[in-house]
Amino acid sequence: MNNGTGSTSSFIWHLHPRTLPESTLRFNHTFGLGGMALLLFVVQIFSGVLLRFVYQASPAEAYHSILLLQNEMLFGQFIRNIHYWSGSFLVMIVFLHLFRVYFSGAFYSPRQLNWLLGLLLLFLTVLSNFTGYLLPWDQRAYWATTISTGMLEYIPLLGPWLREWLIGGEEIGGQAMLNFYTLHTAIFPFLIIFVMSFHFWRVRKAGGVVVPSDLSEKENAFVPAVPNLVVRELAVALVLLAVLFMTAALFNAPLQAMANPALSPNPTKAAWYFMGLQELLLHFHPLLAASALPLAVSLGLVLLPYLNYPKQPQGIWFVSDKGRQMAWVAVLCAVIVTPLYIVANAWLPDVQNFIAVDPIVAGGVVPAIVLLLSLSGFYYGLKKRFKATLNETVQALFVLITVIFLILTITGIWFRGADMQLVWPWQIP
Amino acid sequence: MKKKNSINSSQDKLIARRGFLTRLWQGLGVFAAFEFTGLSLAFLFSGRRKHVSGKAHYIECGAVNDFKANSAIPFRSGLFYLCRLDDGGFLALSLHCTHLGCSVAWRSERNQFLCPCHASAFDLQGNVINPPATRALDLFPVIIEGKTVKVDISRKIRRKRFKKSQVTYV
Ligand code: HEM
Ligand code: FES
Repeated sequence: MNNGTGSTSSFIWHLHPRTLPESTLRFNHTFGLGGMALLLFVVQIFSGVLLRFVYQASPAEAYHSILLLQNEMLFGQFIRNIHYWSGSFLVMIVFLHLFRVYFSGAFYSPRQLNWLLGLLLLFLTVLSNFTGYLLPWDQRAYWATTISTGMLEYIPLLGPWLREWLIGGEEIGGQAMLNFYTLHTAIFPFLIIFVMSFHFWRVRKAGGVVVPSDLSEKENAFVPAVPNLVVRELAVALVLLAVLFMTAALFNAPLQAMANPALSPNPTKAAWYFMGLQELLLHFHPLLAASALPLAVSLGLVLLPYLNYPKQPQGIWFVSDKGRQMAWVAVLCAVIVTPLYIVANAWLPDVQNFIAVDPIVAGGVVPAIVLLLSLSGFYYGLKKRFKATLNETVQALFVLITVIFLILTITGIWFRGADMQLVWPWQIP
Repeated sequence: MKKKNSINSSQDKLIARRGFLTRLWQGLGVFAAFEFTGLSLAFLFSGRRKHVSGKAHYIECGAVNDFKANSAIPFRSGLFYLCRLDDGGFLALSLHCTHLGCSVAWRSERNQFLCPCHASAFDLQGNVINPPATRALDLFPVIIEGKTVKVDISRKIRRKRFKKSQVTYV
């Protein structure tokens, strides 16, 4: 093997250590998710730059330029499909990567800062996808963006100003499109490259990916990164590309009728990664659903590595056997309570029909208190029942909230039809 | 001893001067950073401030008698519904839901505006009858000139709920 003086290999050495513990090579150690995210990001850059040669960012021309792309250009539809599917895969993979890092205990010191950088990357990835969503200027793009930017209105103090600034007026129009286009094709890609480099550097500074702290010396023998690691990465990359290209060849990116600011389709849905939020908005006052809850969850995620944990189970899946059991209890609770609540909410009449209370009390304060009480009940009940450590109880709470959000998302995507009524997936138009 | 001290003090002076220069450069650097930030922000916000021309933009809707009581007629180009209430008064309601901005649809069989996004419902006066929306539909000013109903779409009025004073009568 050459010793790393060529330009290809010196690039590889920048990202990789020379040798690494054999145990970290196993696929189910990291699932290769970080690498997949990088690959998909590169795919976004390549396909996005190609799209830029055709796409025209103005309300009058955008839709027609997409039609031109799809109908007149060789591989035009295919390139658009790749960009569309890779963008969705990217959001999913980054979420999965976050879960892997959390559940394998890879966020304790010295990786705390890198957890924050990861959160920033997740945020930027979602924003990238969200700003791209508007660009085709069809009904789906226009209305999904209208309701997502509408949520900003409910952030206290800053919200209305932020919204006005982002979309450059009262309603989504040419200025919004220009803003989104610039953010999407210049600012966010640039920021992502910057933060990503920082992220990779921190991985190396921490001595590579997390190593299980309960392994024997022998299991932790070091092997050279080339070829052991690089070949595995190549294999994962090629399989992922194959899956992506197959998907893009078989399923077209959606394109509805051209945007019509006077007529929202029924039902109108946000982008899939916002469907959990949209479902929350059906049940709660927007101040709670679109402002307080997302803020609380973000704050929780930021603080996660800085809590005063008694143990630091680095590289150990789900902390301990007890942690695993408690996680299952959390899953069970979420799977039972969430659908019950959604169905009850749809069938029981609204309290506001009987007593005149301010909507902020009925849909905001009361649910917030109920939510807070049930979450702390869950937390302390579990803690007492299992005599668990902070690591295990916080993890259970994390699982509970994640699964609830997942169920809300699934409900929003597959179980909401016309007028946002509950329906079966096959009844959705 | 004494000699050493004097060397030290002249060195100290040198260091102090160097320290001062370093701080000066740092200060200037921070200043420059502020300047560039300010410049960019001023640029970004200048041309984009909303133009409040104050000039009315009227849309002619038709003759008073064309509108039946208890009806809502959409004027999609102006993004509003012209509603005629029970008592013959006129209201122009924005067709954008106050929740997150989808366009509401008039369902005459239920006598309600329904929003397709999160199922808010409003009555003919624009009041919320089903959350999650929290305020009544926005208004546009209506005037009646002779026998013609006109709506000024340059001015959108936010309101909490319906009041009698918002209605325009013949
Ligand atoms: C993290 C990276 C990125 C993500 C997640 C992403 C995601 C998306 C999404 C979801 C769309 C809408 C596609 C559709 O609905 O059909 C889109 C459109 C678009 N993107 Fe990106 N993108 C990324 C990076 C880029 C880059 C780097 C460029 C160019 C420099 C770019 C250029 C475009 C263009 C021109 C469109 C409009 C064409 C179309 O809608 O098919 N994107 N992007
Ligand atoms: S936008 Fe109308 S109910 Fe949400």
